[in-house]
Amino acid sequence: MRDHLRTALSFLRNTWRGLTSMRTALVLLFLLALAALPGALIPQRSLNQSEVDKYFQDYPDIAPLLDKIGMFEVFSSVWFASIYVLLFISLIGCLLPRCWEYYKQWRSKPVRTPRNLARLPHHAEKALDTSVDAAIDDAKKRLRGWRMVEHTEADGARSISAERGFLREIGNLVFHFALVGLLIGLAGGKLYGYEGQVIVVADGSEFCNSGTYNYDSFRAGLSVDGTQLSPFCVKVDDFDVQYQPNGQVASYNVGMQYQSDEDLETNTWRPYDLQVNHPLRTAGDRVYLTGNGYAPRFTVTWPDGQQRTGLVQWQPMSPQTMLSQGATKFDPPGVTDEVQRRQNQLAITGLFAPTAAFDGKILSSGFPDLLDPTAAIDVMRGDLGLDSGRGQSIFGVDQSMVQQGRLQRVARENVRVGQEIRLDDGTTVRFDGVERWANLQISHDPFQTSVLVFAVLIIGGLGTSLIIKRRRIWVRAAPHPEPGENGSARTVVEVGGLARTDQAGYGEEFARIADDLLGADVDHSPQPRADAGTARERKS
Amino acid sequence: MPVNQTLSNYSDMAYATSVVIYIASMLLYFGEFALGRVATAAQAREAALVGVKSGAQKSGAEKSSDAKDVVGHVPAAPKRPLAERLGGMAVSMTVLGALVHFGSLLTRGLATGRVPWGNMYEFGSAICLAAVVAWLIVLFRQLRNARREATPAQLRGLGGFLMLPVTLLLFLSGTVLYADAAPLQPALQSYWIVIHVAAAIVSSGALLFAGVASILYLLRSRYENNPLKMVKFGSRLPTSQALDRMAYRATVIIFPVWTFAIVAGAIWAEAAWGRFWGWDPKETCAFIAWIVYAAYLHARATAGWRGVRSAWINILGLAVMIFNLFFVNLVVTGLHSYAGL
Ligand code: HEM
Repeated sequence: MRDHLRTALSFLRNTWRGLTSMRTALVLLFLLALAALPGALIPQRSLNQSEVDKYFQDYPDIAPLLDKIGMFEVFSSVWFASIYVLLFISLIGCLLPRCWEYYKQWRSKPVRTPRNLARLPHHAEKALDTSVDAAIDDAKKRLRGWRMVEHTEADGARSISAERGFLREIGNLVFHFALVGLLIGLAGGKLYGYEGQVIVVADGSEFCNSGTYNYDSFRAGLSVDGTQLSPFCVKVDDFDVQYQPNGQVASYNVGMQYQSDEDLETNTWRPYDLQVNHPLRTAGDRVYLTGNGYAPRFTVTWPDGQQRTGLVQWQPMSPQTMLSQGATKFDPPGVTDEVQRRQNQLAITGLFAPTAAFDGKILSSGFPDLLDPTAAIDVMRGDLGLDSGRGQSIFGVDQSMVQQGRLQRVARENVRVGQEIRLDDGTTVRFDGVERWANLQISHDPFQTSVLVFAVLIIGGLGTSLIIKRRRIWVRAAPHPEPGENGSARTVVEVGGLARTDQAGYGEEFARIADDLLGADVDHSPQPRADAGTARERKS
Repeated sequence: MPVNQTLSNYSDMAYATSVVIYIASMLLYFGEFALGRVATAAQAREAALVGVKSGAQKSGAEKSSDAKDVVGHVPAAPKRPLAERLGGMAVSMTVLGALVHFGSLLTRGLATGRVPWGNMYEFGSAICLAAVVAWLIVLFRQLRNARREATPAQLRGLGGFLMLPVTLLLFLSGTVLYADAAPLQPALQSYWIVIHVAAAIVSSGALLFAGVASILYLLRSRYENNPLKMVKFGSRLPTSQALDRMAYRATVIIFPVWTFAIVAGAIWAEAAWGRFWGWDPKETCAFIAWIVYAAYLHARATAGWRGVRSAWINILGLAVMIFNLFFVNLVVTGLHSYAGL
């Protein structure tokens, strides 16, 4: 029994050791890179559903297989998560003991001066005309800012051990802990964040963030139930788009107003000029402009004189020309009989071109701006199927209703602004004009700032740990066996240096210190004498 | 702001001129490399006996003096002065090319009234300039350095191999990827384009240099492990130690900059795309490259991964960067795609 326990314990210990070793971390790093790769190569659902659908069409054999192993949702897949969770466990397991070790190192005194400084990678030596004490005092002055201890040695010699660059380890720890913090911040965002899309027509329409039903689409974080959205409202008054002559967009400006906090109670509206790269930040949420399009306005006048006006967004089919398609739907007014009402619904569907250009008789668009707005429309009458309980696109009519003959085309015509179509029963449909609409994205992520702070710490920690070197220097001053000419004291001063991490780059600093302590004409190992000489000449 | 066509034409002319100058400098570097001194077979054998092979166990001092004996202090061959002259000319041509190249970017920027890295042509061009400048900095620093790791001639042996991908990339940018000078589209109208893209350019350029050094490191260490192999080629390169250091230092210095480029991209994305991270293909590839370079730095700290293995990791990192530049911009559609053609 005890043996079992012991084997189990040692198994656990070995697993832990293995997991927290640098080699494992390396392998996990590579695995993480490898696991992220399909995310760049295979279309991802979270980014582009239509690309995924296309992939299924193009590769019907392998797509379902790839789907099964989560290749279309790499970054939320179990295997991706398990790699980074393991990596972070390994990281933490590596970090905690290191903290303790660094703390001990930091508390301990710099290592005693080695007996033979000449064996260190950097070394210089010279006899000076001073006393031992004066030499050590000079050295202490020069090494101000270094962590130092002094030793008194046999035969009247004294020495200093000095160390510098402890910040390197601190930077290193900051970097790694900030990585962990960043991950936690990301997870927090996934839990408590939300993101929604809504189309608002730029005719003074309002959107209020009071519930998820106000959105066209809404993605909630895992702990968001949609009841506690940050309260604010926006109103889109106008939308100005400037184009370059080649049709490329030069600028978007959404003229809007918003209210949040006490403005909601006092009903005060504040103006905001929403642009790409300039989201509105209010009530802890952000409002972005992520898309735009046209909404044609149609007025239907029934034979009895009743009028209805429809203003519904149509969907751009090409961002270059803004040729759009859509459907504007009407219920006959004043009809109380359900059957009657359903048989006389109207839909105006077809194409809209901001700048008409005709391919023969087919309408297309020559330019994205509103130079010659024209619509090619079919007027459909009958049952739109809106009450069938089946969801339908707001950009088209239910084709099954058309196939069953319950929805019929009663007119087809191209209309410019102000033109009118008269139907067989005397109803008229007039194309009144066009508004623009803005697709707004509302985003909420309470952890965003902490992620930023950790990202900055990551950069700072990295910079510190990669640029600062941990290095040591020792100075020993020993009385020279032969005194100077007039009996004055002479001292042999020896300097030795060691960089604890990468030696590269320490040589210059060591040479400078040695020069200051010993005078400029000393030889610093490890440079061969000749080489050092030329280098010196070059410098002066 | 309308585009100034005259300036834009000057920019194109300067671009073409700089490519020609770079090609000339590449040929000069290779000329020096080809005419340079070769370790004779006898010396090679001697080197094998002295044991460059066992270099790993020696202190830096012994190693660098060994290296000198092997390749540095060979009696002057009659061709030597010509080779050295070619090398000197190569460096001058590189400097000249870089100045003209800079002029090309500058006039492009003035012509359009914005930073000259708004599309892939300009971006590729700027990366090449960054790589050339990184190379010149290394060259001049090494020449001035007290602890020299390679003779100037050896160091210049690297030049041709750096100019090769640079001229190739410039040629591609100037032909296939060329885009007329034009104003930026709204998504790019932000001061972050100065910060984010400049950091991406500088890091890409420096990492290109580091990758080339690592490739040469692999070749050189094959020669050092067996001095009878690749004698002509290997002996003209800087020592493997010097190449390794150059690759390592360039990567170490630029890694925080690369991290900054990604973080700056994320900050920009938060303002432009509505989220700071969304696994867009370019983001994903930047992440992968970051992981690979992080692995490189860790590998250097792990016994058994130094040397050849870590050089391979560095080359892998460069491969991911190049993949990110071409494949993600041209083949995959993502949010970064507008930066393309
Ligand atoms: C998390 C966010 C981002 C990351 C990780 C990221 C990453 C990168 C990387 C790695 C490059 C260098 C490209 C290469 O080697 O091909 C790059 C270039 C560039 N980035 Fe970003 N980026 C981000 C956000 C943004 C945003 C928000 C914009 C603009 C709206 C942007 C615009 C550019 C541009 C214009 C270039 C020049 C590239 C080219 O022409 O291909 N980036 N980015």
